[in-house]
Amino acid sequence: MAAISRDEVAHLARLARIEMSSEELDHLASELDQILHAVDRVQEAAKDDVPPTSHPLPLKNVTRPDVVIPSLSPEDALSGAPASDEQRFKVPQILGDAE
Amino acid sequence: MALTYDDVIAKYEPTLGLEVHVELNTNTKMFCGCSTEFGGEPNTQTCPVCLGLPGSLPVVNEVAIESAIKIGLALNCSIAPFSRFARKNYFYPDMPKDFQISQYDEPICVNGFLDVEIDTDEGVKTFRVEIERVHMEEDTGKSLHVGGSTGRIHGAEYSLLDYNRAGIPLMEIVTKMIPGTEKYAPQVARAYVTELRDILRSLGVSDVKMEQGSLRCDANVSLSPRGSGTLGTRSETKNVNSLRSVERAIHGEMIRQGNRLENGERIIQETRHFLEESGETRPGRSKETAEDYRYFQEPDLVPVAPDASWIEEIRATLPERPSVRRKRLQTEWAVPEKEMTAMINAELLDTVEATVKLGADPTKARTWWLGEISRVANEKEVEAISLMTPAQVAEIILLVASGELTDKLARQVVEGVIAGEGTPREVIEKRGLKVVSDDSALMAAIEAAIASQPDTAQRVRDGNIPAAGALIGAVMKATGGQADAARVRELLLKHLGQ
Amino acid sequence: MTFIYNTAAEMSIALAAKEVSAVDLANEHFDRIADVDGDVHAFLYLDKEGALAQAKDVDAKRAAGEKLSPLAGVPLALKDVMAQRGIPTTCGSKILEGWRPPYDATVVTRLKEAGVVILGKTNMDEFAMGSSTENSAYGPTHNPWDLSRIPGGSGGGSSASLAAFEAPLAIGTDTGGSIRQPAAVTGTVGVKPTYGAVSRYGLVAFSSSLDQAGPCARTVLDTAMLHEVIAGHDAKDSSSINAPVPAVVAAAKKLDVKGMKIGVIKELGGEGFQKGVSERFNEALEELVKAGAEIVEVSCPNFEYALAAYYLIAPSEASSNLARFDSMRYGLRVGDDGSRGAEEVMSLTRQAGFGKEVKRRIILGTYALSSGYYDAYYGSAQRVRTLIMRDYEAAFAKADVLVSPTAPTTAFKIGEKADDPVAMYLNDIATIPVNMAGIGGMSLPCGLAAEDNLPVGFQIMSPAMKDDLMYQVGGTLEAALNSKWGSTLMSQAPKLGAK
Ligand SMILES: [Mg+2]
Ligand SMILES: [Zn+2]
Repeated sequence: MAAISRDEVAHLARLARIEMSSEELDHLASELDQILHAVDRVQEAAKDDVPPTSHPLPLKNVTRPDVVIPSLSPEDALSGAPASDEQRFKVPQILGDAE
Repeated sequence: MALTYDDVIAKYEPTLGLEVHVELNTNTKMFCGCSTEFGGEPNTQTCPVCLGLPGSLPVVNEVAIESAIKIGLALNCSIAPFSRFARKNYFYPDMPKDFQISQYDEPICVNGFLDVEIDTDEGVKTFRVEIERVHMEEDTGKSLHVGGSTGRIHGAEYSLLDYNRAGIPLMEIVTKMIPGTEKYAPQVARAYVTELRDILRSLGVSDVKMEQGSLRCDANVSLSPRGSGTLGTRSETKNVNSLRSVERAIHGEMIRQGNRLENGERIIQETRHFLEESGETRPGRSKETAEDYRYFQEPDLVPVAPDASWIEEIRATLPERPSVRRKRLQTEWAVPEKEMTAMINAELLDTVEATVKLGADPTKARTWWLGEISRVANEKEVEAISLMTPAQVAEIILLVASGELTDKLARQVVEGVIAGEGTPREVIEKRGLKVVSDDSALMAAIEAAIASQPDTAQRVRDGNIPAAGALIGAVMKATGGQADAARVRELLLKHLGQ
Repeated sequence: MTFIYNTAAEMSIALAAKEVSAVDLANEHFDRIADVDGDVHAFLYLDKEGALAQAKDVDAKRAAGEKLSPLAGVPLALKDVMAQRGIPTTCGSKILEGWRPPYDATVVTRLKEAGVVILGKTNMDEFAMGSSTENSAYGPTHNPWDLSRIPGGSGGGSSASLAAFEAPLAIGTDTGGSIRQPAAVTGTVGVKPTYGAVSRYGLVAFSSSLDQAGPCARTVLDTAMLHEVIAGHDAKDSSSINAPVPAVVAAAKKLDVKGMKIGVIKELGGEGFQKGVSERFNEALEELVKAGAEIVEVSCPNFEYALAAYYLIAPSEASSNLARFDSMRYGLRVGDDGSRGAEEVMSLTRQAGFGKEVKRRIILGTYALSSGYYDAYYGSAQRVRTLIMRDYEAAFAKADVLVSPTAPTTAFKIGEKADDPVAMYLNDIATIPVNMAGIGGMSLPCGLAAEDNLPVGFQIMSPAMKDDLMYQVGGTLEAALNSKWGSTLMSQAPKLGAK
């Protein structure tokens, strides 16, 4: 049985904001299926009594003093912008609500 | 026939949930050294980190952590000995990295409460609002929608983004579900946000200005049929940006939900927006798929693990809780409830207290600040505290108490100080506002008054003491208000054999 | 007389003795690049102007008698994943084509401060995802030992530039082996320092908890010299180690392993490893024994899950790290014709701007993090990570350093594995555990495989924050092999170019 369906891949592509053609979806679904079969084994190794590690170093409490550092000039800040206007980044109309 | 609020309450029990986002007033952003100053030119307070440029990395602001702990302690929370940041993944143009650094299952503060008092039909009642968590996160940039009806997201042709606010430290304070508020739900919500705002202000961690967005409230409401024991579907109302709106939004949303249920319609779990004008809510744009934020631990940051001694150090610096202080001052100053409320609503409690601390009489201090000074402040649309200092007001009150000024003269001194004529002393000098305390000058005026009102003078001689008021008035008028009324009375009565 | 075949250490001495100027040295390398890079394609961008200005500055300071860093005036090739102010930084991706960062990565700042001359940016697999540099949007890089073969990846441009004598030093980044595997297949040396030893600030993130920048060169000593320039605490990187950098140059010069215990990891060898790879690896072990080291066998039973865990953790973090490439603030924008909303423009841009492998990993990572699958995939992978760290801990209790072949095979043909992602992923089987545990790893050449006459890499792993140990063992082994061969391995590399 396939671990992942074409519809699931389409949903993931939407979540990841990547437009995909129907051929791309088909192709990726079969590739992901192979990959998932290969990585599935992590579940047999990982028992609940083993704590997860998210970071290789046991560091904690790394902070920065609350002191202002000069910002970029607005020219530098906007230097990479595909479009700008009124010293702001110009972007296509925003349709959905924010969080 | 639509249900009224009372009808809704008769049939349904409300459950509340409140999420407050508060911007901290740190000097710098949550994860970079850019200034947080309000109102800068667009994109002048940005850097690789808060613009989310490839390769940039966040570093936590230590004062933001301290503020979070202060808030947690003030809200009776436990401070987690180990907490972590997480990424909340979703795409949105105002969010430079397309994920928000927030906290998820390991927030810094958990399990607190805040008690609020409400005037009920049975007298003042305390409601306990339980706090689920306080966590740290970052704010987003601001978008300006251009075209169509400018400023509105719908119908805009394009949007312009300013990332000066992106990365400002935000604290999210989330309550547990609040049952049992009954018909007082809107008031409980308002009282909670008010008390929270006062606490945050007393801690000095935020500007708490709802109109500038430094304090924002999302209100969740659900209704369940009385006695059903079930929990209704909730809606979440955003965009509630004043204390009054908190109350109105919940009131309005309860009526809307009650009427839907009455018509056999379902409540949809959704985000709604509060409309200032009508007091109603409208639905947000529904998403085609439920969001899946794919939270995971922020790999670019390390855990926050405050040690117990630091937490205790912070606890020792916490100021008196605003509600306790309010009660204490109300007793000490013998202020009626209504006036106390007025002082708090006008945000003048600190100012009055500072004036009293300089020796002024509490009633006088309150009267000056809430009266004349506030009146002028309203006219000029400025803050009262920008017009005069507590020291100046205290000085004037003390001059009246020592008889050097009359109330009437004091009013002119205040006017002069506000007009920028100098310190109270300078205004007194320049305007020549000294009380006339030379007895011989006063005697001349008294004799003139008696001569012009012989009948009144006779009534006083005959023992009608209150009749002296007319003569005193005449003397005050003749001296341009600069006489000490008490001295005038004393001399007059003595002169008329009383 | 040319200096391009010299080591960085030799160049440093010649510069100090004023036998050559930094400007001449830079020009010699630019000439070499002009001569051979048409075939090799190691570079994506050359910054002649900036490099010569830096070289001139170093020469002027030297003439004025200023005290300079040992590597002042020595040229370097920078992997295109590092932000350099004003210089195009593409990460091998179309989505960043033309982007010039307004800031320097900390590594770049340190190189500039040391007077290192940055020649340009080198090719790589798009966003460092790959083991062959075939995933670059700007075309593959060719292995100087055999132009029909891959130079390893993702840092194939950096390793190839060294093997083609286009630069004596290079910067690489290593998330699952991207410094060490390219070093192995090009006969060069590459070091992944302990996680946190070199600042990640300005390194465009692939997988934040695994990424680490490191030095690449043709000798162990050269990598050690570069290591000391770029390593050290950086307040801009929360995961940066706040402790002194181990004395790796001194360690590289020690040439002594007497009494050291060298642990051979049982699971990283044998089946699946090319015959010639195993032969050269075993011969190198003998050299270490001759030098006085003791060989012990260690077992790391959980390494068999490392690859699977890596291919969940890295794509998961990448799916989040690469979200920012949304066309709003920088980089490519596609489909903005006034009729489409921001969300649609984002999706069209990401469709056009990302290559196949990047999309594959973003989708895989999105899946592994999504609700309902998190525990089974991302969560389990994190537990495997703990098991791998425990395996290392036990192994390091028995040995000072651990060793294995760097890669299971020598360089394969361009195109050979392009359509089989799972086969491609197997290249990293011996390098990935090092990243999972955050420890140090080095690859140095140990000869040519008999069957194909291509370089074989020898991997040395040292415990976290003890990077000096791998330099000590690597330096000793390199000297022993050179004296056995009577020359360096690189001197056997085919001569490229017209000159
Ligand atoms: Mg939030
Ligand atoms: Zn910033």
